[in-house]
Amino acid sequence: MDWGALHTILGGVNKHSTSIGKIWLTVLFIFRIMILVVAAERVWGDEQDDFVCNTLQPGCKNVCYDHFFPISHIRLWALQLIFVSTPALLVAMHVAYRRHEKKRQFRKGDQKCEYKDIEEIRRQRFRIEGSLWWTYTSSIFFRLVFEAVFMYAFYFMYDGFRMPRLMKCSAWPCPNTVDCFVSRPTEKTVFTIFMIAVSSICILLNVAELCYLLTKFFLRRSKKAANGKQHPNHENKEETKQNEMNELISDSCQNTVIGFTT
Amino acid sequence: MNWAGLYTVLSGVNRHSTSIGRIWLSVIFIFRIMVLVVAAESVWGDEKSAFTCNTQQPGCNSVCYDHFFPISHIRLWALQLILVTTPALLVAMHVAYQQHQEKKLLVLTGHADPKHLEEVKKHKMRISGSLWWTYVFSVVFRLLFEAVFMYIFYMLYPGYQMVRLVKCEAYPCPNTVDCFISRPTEKTIFTVFMLVTSSICIILNMAELVYLVVRACARRGQHNSNPSSRKSSFYGHKLSSEYKQNEINQLLTEQDGSLKDMLRRNPGLHEKSDRCSAC
Repeated sequence: MDWGALHTILGGVNKHSTSIGKIWLTVLFIFRIMILVVAAERVWGDEQDDFVCNTLQPGCKNVCYDHFFPISHIRLWALQLIFVSTPALLVAMHVAYRRHEKKRQFRKGDQKCEYKDIEEIRRQRFRIEGSLWWTYTSSIFFRLVFEAVFMYAFYFMYDGFRMPRLMKCSAWPCPNTVDCFVSRPTEKTVFTIFMIAVSSICILLNVAELCYLLTKFFLRRSKKAANGKQHPNHENKEETKQNEMNELISDSCQNTVIGFTT
Repeated sequence: MNWAGLYTVLSGVNRHSTSIGRIWLSVIFIFRIMVLVVAAESVWGDEKSAFTCNTQQPGCNSVCYDHFFPISHIRLWALQLILVTTPALLVAMHVAYQQHQEKKLLVLTGHADPKHLEEVKKHKMRISGSLWWTYVFSVVFRLLFEAVFMYIFYMLYPGYQMVRLVKCEAYPCPNTVDCFISRPTEKTIFTVFMLVTSSICIILNMAELVYLVVRACARRGQHNSNPSSRKSSFYGHKLSSEYKQNEINQLLTEQDGSLKDMLRRNPGLHEKSDRCSAC
């Protein structure tokens, strides 16, 4: 089970996401997971071997390393990415549950079931409304919470996002205060800032998606309330269908004519 | 998610690119990413462990290495390649959006059978209209990223040659110490190679930009002289043909009259459909 497997699992969720959700997933995989795997892991690869203290005292280096790096950046990022991508599985489970129900209905030969075969049920994309809307919104909310918690944990543990070259350590068994040198501090600072920046972009995307879902929800509610008073249902469906068609046609064929002749 | 995953994501974009775009993508994957993975990473693999300073002072090695190599060539190239290939995803997203619109249109006109839906997925989008702008922006961003990274390289490592010996006097090194870089000649060769391929990619991007602009101007010229040749999307074109018009007429007569009733009741809908000017 590795990042590739996570990519496979989450790729399925992609189909039922909003466009902002799809962008978020792309940013997550290309700018965070991929950077972590191809670049960041190499930079932090020798972090303990090349952590050098100006002393021959056995054990001092280990103790100082542990004191300054309770949990490595790489591991924190890996945990963050796993926690942040997992709420999407709530949505996947809900969709799977709905599909299962529809399949059951289809097998029972229910008249209301509008699908021709099982394959169609499997391929169908569900609209984000009703209980799925609540699941989706909660998943975005949890993502936001996890991102914020990890950013705070980072800041708290490493006192700002800069990696210093030299750290002074006086933990036992180090004699007095010894100088300890971190390996590749500048490169680590660059990557830390990069990951923080991308994390902030992801937070913004999540906030945007949340706003988009809420706006859509309220618009739909007000449309329903307005429509319920004015027109009977079936006529309105036809009108909106025709309007949609006209819009799509005029969008897709800029200079062609569709004339309806009677 | 690694370079192979990126390849999977980007090879889909290939279908909707121009020929120069496809050549560019091949150069990126074969001459840059592949060379990075199979060769350059092993050359720079021991860059820190084999960086030796002429001193026993603990910490001097680390500090001098950090002073001369703030960010390793390999990481810079990896970042450059990721940022340079990502604008192509804008095009992929736009194409996916257009395909989604075409599928919706098919569903609404009652042609949502698997054969037509497959055709939507398979056919190549023409680079015109808003897709042209997205494509041009993606090429401009690619150029920008390439130029920015070449400049960063030049700033961090003035000249592209890797020297054998560097003199370091950062704390805690006592006075000035000699530090020796591992495999400097091999690193120079690969740096020059990556630089050359980067320049080739910049030239290809510029050529693609020129090609797109020239094609757009030529098409505009053709538009003005021959209005009947106006066609844009695949299904827009099909729907504008007489055959499709007949089909729509047939649909109208076959329906339970609801569409015709609607047209009678709402003459405004005529105007909406006539928003597209005559061809």
